[in-house]
Amino acid sequence: MSASAKPLLQVQRLSAQFTRDAVVSQVVKGISFDIAAGEAVGFVGESGCGKSVTARAMMRLAPEGSSVELGGVVRFDGQDLLQLREADMCDIRGQRIAMVFQDPMTSLNPVLSVGAQIDDIMRRHTGVSRAQARRRTVELLGLVGIRDAARRSEDFPHQFSGGMRQRVLIAMAVSCQPDLLIADEPTTALDVTVQAQILRLLLRLRQELGMALMLITHDFGVIAGMVERVYVMLDGQIVEAGAVDDIFARPQHAYTRALLDAVPRLESAGRLMP
Amino acid sequence: MAEARSIVDPALDTRPIAEAPPARKRRHLLLALGIAMLLAMLLVTALGPWIAPYDAIATSPDSLAGPSTQHWLGTDSIGRDVLSRLIIGGRTTLLITFVAVSLAVAAGLVLGLVSGYVGGLADELIMRGLDIVFAFPVFLLAIAVVAALGPTVPNLILTIAIVYTPIMARVVRAPVLSVKRWDHVEAARSVGVGELRIAIVHVLPMVMSPILVQTSLTLANTIFTVTALSFLGIGPPPPDPNWGGMLSEARQFMELAPLTVIGPAVAIVFATLTFIVLANGLRDLLDVAGH
Repeated sequence: MSASAKPLLQVQRLSAQFTRDAVVSQVVKGISFDIAAGEAVGFVGESGCGKSVTARAMMRLAPEGSSVELGGVVRFDGQDLLQLREADMCDIRGQRIAMVFQDPMTSLNPVLSVGAQIDDIMRRHTGVSRAQARRRTVELLGLVGIRDAARRSEDFPHQFSGGMRQRVLIAMAVSCQPDLLIADEPTTALDVTVQAQILRLLLRLRQELGMALMLITHDFGVIAGMVERVYVMLDGQIVEAGAVDDIFARPQHAYTRALLDAVPRLESAGRLMP
Repeated sequence: MAEARSIVDPALDTRPIAEAPPARKRRHLLLALGIAMLLAMLLVTALGPWIAPYDAIATSPDSLAGPSTQHWLGTDSIGRDVLSRLIIGGRTTLLITFVAVSLAVAAGLVLGLVSGYVGGLADELIMRGLDIVFAFPVFLLAIAVVAALGPTVPNLILTIAIVYTPIMARVVRAPVLSVKRWDHVEAARSVGVGELRIAIVHVLPMVMSPILVQTSLTLANTIFTVTALSFLGIGPPPPDPNWGGMLSEARQFMELAPLTVIGPAVAIVFATLTFIVLANGLRDLLDVAGH
């Protein structure tokens, strides 16, 4: 069977419902999608539409302190992730599927050096020696564009800027060469010039490491030029799916058009009304 | 009126900001004072047998003597040197205090971390169990345990450790509840770090500040509890000295030889104060209340 016939990730009727104080809310309502090996796919939608929960559901990361009930099938490389034992799921996380989060300022442990945090993951998944892990860590930090990586690996998170921390987090996520990288609003917390750098970095790493990318964002501007296909989510459902060029050229769903109109354009920038 | 008026309120403090905060210096002063007091106390008690001028349990006919060049703090009712007994007695009191608090902190760390991190049924079971212990008055529980098991030093340590475990567990649990929702914990989980390692490496270090401060405060409380229990006669048995016991024995002869009471009383106050100063210094340094 060729790679295109059998996608890397195949999600069928995935649902997630939260129960808090006896109130049940269905956040993801039976969505199906797939991602081929090495493919870049975008998920676009407003905040609260269930795109982050979808990603977390695939990795079985329930938000702390809530009880979430997952349904459906998440077939990854032949096995249903929702049926795996927790210990096996732990092996998948970081090694086969990794994730980059929205807020780089808070996503690193403040009391450990960044090098130690990356070493840790490689030692956890690949059982390399401490020295080997550190060599690879320095390589990775260089790969994500941190200058003087050997020295910087000894530094603590507070010694890095937001953009640099996001680079560190990306290095951490790709340290074990995952097959799929989920980037959940990776640039939302960064300022615009840094956003572009981080997106370019993700694009480059995807090509160099040959991994699939699931890019979650509320901003169609981020999607353009980054992914091949787009899923548009609204209220826990996928309302439109298609190749990125088609979506940009001929949006079918009213919501997709509204999202596209929300992207600021240079040429349409008239005078701002007070 | 065309006269130009300054728009700056004359009462406003316009001195350069750099001069402003001497607070930070004072904080460290408090901590330094606490550490100095602790070191002094530890040094004296550690070197006890070598620096005590007399055998702490040897009697002499010279009873209830006032301060003299031979006996700086005088002697007690059966002629034992008060200063020597203070130094040696401090060893017992501080030993019980430190071991008991260490046990309470260890137990509190484990129980609080499990309770806060795991949550759910484990949390309920642990916290309700500790509530039961917490419901007992300290002294009632201590008297019951010592009466049942005998007034030995290990029993006393165990009792005090049990009594202070619930407080430590609560102090650990509360911040764990919030830290476990922090992003870096989820980030660690997303790269496959196991739960036990997350709890120890990514949660525990974040909650150390309140634990340190509470440990210091508990030490102060424990000094008090240990001496009070000894004072009530359920401390380590005589003739080995301890501060609470000395106070109790000397009470009857207070008018005749006030130093026999003042000595241990000052020692108890000094030790308690040491830990309170230390706790305050640590709190300011680690900024537990603010932040």
